[in-house]
Amino acid sequence: MDTFIGRYRNLVILMGVLFLQVLGLAVQVKRGNTDASDTRLIRIWAVDAITPFERGLVWMQNGGGNIWHNYFYLRGVRAENRQLKDQIEQMRLDQVRLSEDAAQARRLQTLLAFKEQFIAKTVAAQVIGTSGSDLSRIVYIDKGEDAGLKRDMAVITSDGIVGKVLQVFPSVSQVLLISDQTSGVGTILEKSRLQGFLKGKPNGQVMLEGVMSDEQVAQGERVLTSGGDQIFPKGLPVGTVTSASIGKELFLNINVKPTADLSKLEEVLVLVEKQERQATAEDNTRVRAADILAQRLPQVPPKPAEPAMGGIASPKANGSSEVKPQTGPATGTAPAKPAVAKPAIVPAGASGRTLSAPTSGPANSGVTSGAAVKAKASASPSKPPNSPPAESDAPAPADDSPPH
Amino acid sequence: MPITYTSGEQVEVYRFSIPVTIGVPLLALFLQAFIPLRFPRFAVYLDLPLLVTIFFSMARRNPISGLFTGAVIGLAQDMLGHNQIGIYGIAKTVVGYGASSLGVKLDVENAGARFLVTIGFYLVHSAIYFWVAREMVNMTQHWSWLYGSLAALANGVVGTVLYFVLDKFKQRT
Repeated sequence: MDTFIGRYRNLVILMGVLFLQVLGLAVQVKRGNTDASDTRLIRIWAVDAITPFERGLVWMQNGGGNIWHNYFYLRGVRAENRQLKDQIEQMRLDQVRLSEDAAQARRLQTLLAFKEQFIAKTVAAQVIGTSGSDLSRIVYIDKGEDAGLKRDMAVITSDGIVGKVLQVFPSVSQVLLISDQTSGVGTILEKSRLQGFLKGKPNGQVMLEGVMSDEQVAQGERVLTSGGDQIFPKGLPVGTVTSASIGKELFLNINVKPTADLSKLEEVLVLVEKQERQATAEDNTRVRAADILAQRLPQVPPKPAEPAMGGIASPKANGSSEVKPQTGPATGTAPAKPAVAKPAIVPAGASGRTLSAPTSGPANSGVTSGAAVKAKASASPSKPPNSPPAESDAPAPADDSPPH
Repeated sequence: MPITYTSGEQVEVYRFSIPVTIGVPLLALFLQAFIPLRFPRFAVYLDLPLLVTIFFSMARRNPISGLFTGAVIGLAQDMLGHNQIGIYGIAKTVVGYGASSLGVKLDVENAGARFLVTIGFYLVHSAIYFWVAREMVNMTQHWSWLYGSLAALANGVVGTVLYFVLDKFKQRT
């Protein structure tokens, strides 16, 4: 026996080491350890050995990148700024429309005693590393127990969902991406309202399962979270359907392209607190499109105390153009308030825009067709001509006026 | 000057300082985990810990040392993921043993041999990983010869270059 072991010593040791590892694997498989919870203590060694370097390198990269982008490389920033401002204006107008829809939905939810889930608190985290294996689609973030993170918290970006917290260490956490084979997200298709669950494929793609093959799923349809998994709040964007075909066992094979770019994650948000509360119909944040437009336009200065007919409003407060009030029809849709000065539409400089001096009060501003835009006036007969416009700059609070 | 004769008595056996023995595998694990943040396909095609395992095993030419090198690096790689610990461990243990055994018998000092050995061990590693993950852990796995061949070639090229860099740390026994 001694001779045999001595002769095949290397092979015996190899078999012994392999046997021990197989035994360890068998124990993990038998315990159904698919989420690494039983091996946390062992994993923490590797994580503690690797993540400090990753954190340091990411910090240096960000520092260097910030210096370069914020101080040296500012080419095109002005144009980008202008573009973003335009985008913001458009989005604010969209917001008005959507807020009306939301208000209507809230009223309906109140009628149905519907309970909503709200994202109460998030923690921003930096992605500092990966598992280094395409068979384990996880990333490491630089926040852990110290920041209040716990297992099974949802991880999102502004584009859509990313995954869930799998393991939490003191200053680092492991996030299981939705593209991993072991992940599962309750989802719903936006238009057809078909429910299914999202899973990762071995090649890293994402597919929607559980939709019967007799259903119609359109390419390009958006996929949202359904809230059924108790991890992600309902309605978060997940992805879009790229293809749908009949698969095995009467279910459709639906491939989904995640809205969040899972291969280029940098910063993520962890939902550390969700609130479930009864829906209420209160809506104190209604902002009218006209008010938003009016904020962006040059302000009509306060009127002088004397009658305004045919007069000249001269001040240049807020950089606004000189305005010559003239008579003209009021086009605002808000309920009429006591008029102080008659509205007028006059050309405003070379821009082709026209300004109006409407009746007093923020509710009276409106939008005319084409280039003729009516600006909100804050004119008050009691104010001197050069006094700055007052509260009218702020978005109008809730009032009785209907939205545009 | 490396000896190219392949008899057991004449091949050179190398050793490495402790900082290199610990630092290089750690650096390989770190890069393997970090680089995919910027280059997502990196982890699909390259396995730096495997290349380091092959290098150390071949240089030491000691099967026991090789298998333990592979086991430690493989288990550490398992710990960074979320799957069961031991899948990479088993695969790299076998590779470490095989590479060191091969190092005793063959000349693995020239670029051509290193390229071929790396390709071969990459395929062996992938096959063992595939088998363990599929048959023992019941993970869904698809074998693709195209992907396997491309990845093997990529590892062969990178490995050959990497080995020449790591040769600088060799110390003669």
